[in-house]
Amino acid sequence: METLTMRLNGEEVTLAIEPDALLVDVLRQQLGLTGTKEACGEGECGACTVVLDGQPVTSCLVPALKAQGREVCTVEGLASGGELHPLQKSFIEHGAVQCGYCTPGMLMSAKALLDRNPHPTEQEIKEAISGNLCRCTGYVKIVEAIKAASSD
Amino acid sequence: MSEEYSFVGKRVPKLDAPEKVTGRTVYGHDMKLPQMLYGKILRSAHAHARILNIDISKAKALPGVKAVITAADIPDMRIGWARDHPVLKADKVRSVRDEVAAVAAVDEDTAREALELIKVEYEELPGVFDPEEAMKPGAPAIHAEAPHNIQEKMRQSYYHGDVERGFEESDVVIEDRFRLPFVTHCCMGTSFCLASFSPSGDLTVWSSTQMPFLYQRDLSMTLGIPASKLRVIKATIGGGFGSKLDMYPFEPICVVLAQKTGRPVRITFSREEEFVSSPTRQPVICDIRSGAKKDGTLTSREVRMILDNGAYSSWGSTTPLVMMLTISSLYRVPNVMYDVVVAYTNNPYSGAMRGYGNPQATYVVECHIDMLAHELGMDPMELRLKNANQPGDVTGQGVKITTCGLTECIERAAESVSWKEKRAKPGSRGVGMASLIHVGGGARIYPSDGCGSTLKVDDFGKVTLISGSTDMGQGADTVMAQIVAEELGVPLENVSVINTDTDITPWDVGAHASRTTFVAGNAARLAAADAKRQILEAAAENLGEEVDNLDIREGKIFRKGESEEWIPFAKMVRGKHFRPDGDIILARGWYEPPTEKQDKEFRGNISAAYGFAAQAVEVEVDTETGEVRVLKIAAAHDVGRAINPMAVEGQIHGGISMGLGYGLYEELVVQEGRVLNPNFADYALPTVLDMPEIECIIVETDDPAGPFGAKGMAEPACIPTAPAIANAVYDAVGVRIRDLPITPEKVLKALKEKEAGGEAER
Repeated sequence: METLTMRLNGEEVTLAIEPDALLVDVLRQQLGLTGTKEACGEGECGACTVVLDGQPVTSCLVPALKAQGREVCTVEGLASGGELHPLQKSFIEHGAVQCGYCTPGMLMSAKALLDRNPHPTEQEIKEAISGNLCRCTGYVKIVEAIKAASSD
Repeated sequence: MSEEYSFVGKRVPKLDAPEKVTGRTVYGHDMKLPQMLYGKILRSAHAHARILNIDISKAKALPGVKAVITAADIPDMRIGWARDHPVLKADKVRSVRDEVAAVAAVDEDTAREALELIKVEYEELPGVFDPEEAMKPGAPAIHAEAPHNIQEKMRQSYYHGDVERGFEESDVVIEDRFRLPFVTHCCMGTSFCLASFSPSGDLTVWSSTQMPFLYQRDLSMTLGIPASKLRVIKATIGGGFGSKLDMYPFEPICVVLAQKTGRPVRITFSREEEFVSSPTRQPVICDIRSGAKKDGTLTSREVRMILDNGAYSSWGSTTPLVMMLTISSLYRVPNVMYDVVVAYTNNPYSGAMRGYGNPQATYVVECHIDMLAHELGMDPMELRLKNANQPGDVTGQGVKITTCGLTECIERAAESVSWKEKRAKPGSRGVGMASLIHVGGGARIYPSDGCGSTLKVDDFGKVTLISGSTDMGQGADTVMAQIVAEELGVPLENVSVINTDTDITPWDVGAHASRTTFVAGNAARLAAADAKRQILEAAAENLGEEVDNLDIREGKIFRKGESEEWIPFAKMVRGKHFRPDGDIILARGWYEPPTEKQDKEFRGNISAAYGFAAQAVEVEVDTETGEVRVLKIAAAHDVGRAINPMAVEGQIHGGISMGLGYGLYEELVVQEGRVLNPNFADYALPTVLDMPEIECIIVETDDPAGPFGAKGMAEPACIPTAPAIANAVYDAVGVRIRDLPITPEKVLKALKEKEAGGEAER
């Protein structure tokens, strides 16, 4: 076993993990953060996206030890102090959620985008979520929701 | 119109969205019970083989393994509507997805390791992978009961009028063959099942099903567990699209593993397993002949189809019944003949998928309408308008069309893409369109097509609708809450919806056939009306007033015509409750659509309303690469009334993305029965970058049978997209692609053939 220490959703967390454990499994299985979804296990669908030091990563491909000493944000860390993140509010208001399975990954990709580029163009929004698959929404309302959140 | 309503017609955000955007929703994949084990399934190594021996001894001996089962451990019952599918295979495997053995272990890794320790000896048999080959004399028989590899129960012939005479009377007759591929649902959340027995032997199954009550029946029949001891809880699922309409082998397997181990067992599919072992849309080979008079009047339509059933009969083989609606009734056609044969192969078996056969039927019919128009020298839009279904029509199949906005849909979709200006212009851009008809008021496939609701109003004015309906992400709960709030006259935030549990909710046939808003919506409205009557009667007694003089709005009771002295309705509820002869407000609603089952000649009005739509698209074709880029899709849908326009748009957008994938990108590549692309790297699901501009045009025809005028609309959005694209490609560059998907390779090849002066294209 190895010891992993990371800053997770604003709080320092230390736990023992298998050396080859993947970040998605540590989050979901060991820490109970099941908001992060795993839908392909191959980094092709984006459902497991979390933000690692400001960058969106597919946590099903990231060895958990890569998060050593770094900052990880998951969907559970998006709201602060009981207040929803503007992206979360916008997803609700614009009907960007249907089955919701891709939603956490979409939100994290969008958060990483807005953190580095608060006023993206529509094309930049589309590129930022182009690795996140959705079968329900046709993406239209997701793009609208991100656009609205970025112009607030 | 909707202005007079408080909640109907409003863009109400989904009730479950706050939970979903915060990651708090617990999906079946996230569930864990104390002592829970993980189940895994060993599938066949061959597409067709005899099983000679299965050795499970090493797997059983692996530490952490709690059970290993084979066919010997479960009742010899066959599943699927045709009862041709053993749960675990004993003597023979018929496809590579066939379940041979299963294990339950303390964790997934141990379960996987155990599968590798199971040794199966096979004797390979020659396989057959093409439905036409399968029906030839001498082809290897896949089921002893079907020596010619034909699913005889689905061999159907339908007719109205006299097609031959229709063709004789035609000025133009064309005939073509189309082929439609394997595609699959790609729900973001894979299939799962969690089974747990109580110490007293009661079984609870948390399932990804869309049809909890039929599932309860099927599971009970398969395992011999009384349905009265079997509770199905529909856990939150990551999309359905029809894939969860049937009960599949993994589900009784999961229950048997729980039975053998005395512990809860969960089976969750990996993505690869979902691609290989969940159902597909059925591939179709279709010959179609269409005739028309010089002025464009349609005369005759003859359709012959061969369906690849795969190795077993799930719902996919029954889709001809739905295809028949389009073939018999899309546009006014006086003479129609439809003949279908469903052939067993050693391929994956197909199931229900959004549209249930209609995307295939509409592809063929709508491409052919376009081809007829070109043959006649007519504008394809004008040909459609000339033959469009109209309100009051009764089609040759006995389909009674009540509300019908098809003409308006065609005109408005065309206008949105500037049809007249853009059609038949030089260059490599083009416009195309396609229409559809689909059931929109339930579909009487089973003896009951109904839905039950109960509704309780508590002392604080909280209204709980308990509905048989199923929400799989489409937003049914929210629409039900809007209907109840509107009918009862209470604020939306007072209403909650429970619809997940066969122990609690009244019966419903399930979420299929775009029926939930219509059927469950009517049931919810009836329950709300019943509650309102009870509350107003209590209030009338309390206030010494006539019931008819009272009404409820915004949660307050008032005398009609007077705005003063409004009384909170909860006060009247309490007034009725807390007295010696008191009672509570408990209401009910059961809605059974006024429809009929089809007779032996497939005639009858199976739906209480029909949905119509037209989509028009503009494409640009790169003649160097063959790549088709869709620039815009205008989707005009007759939805009766949009109870929630935002949700309606969401269904249209999502349907279009599925139709776009069907038209241009998606194909499950199956070779010798094996799926060669069981992952998102190789199966091209549309991404956000593939989506064109979409204009949703909601046409409201206010259906008298629908709740507040609504008709079903969810499946239709994916149905006309692919033929509209194919027709636009023809308008752009003059090539007709008859086999989906329309890949750059096919377009290039067709362009080259056209240049070389090959067969005259339509």
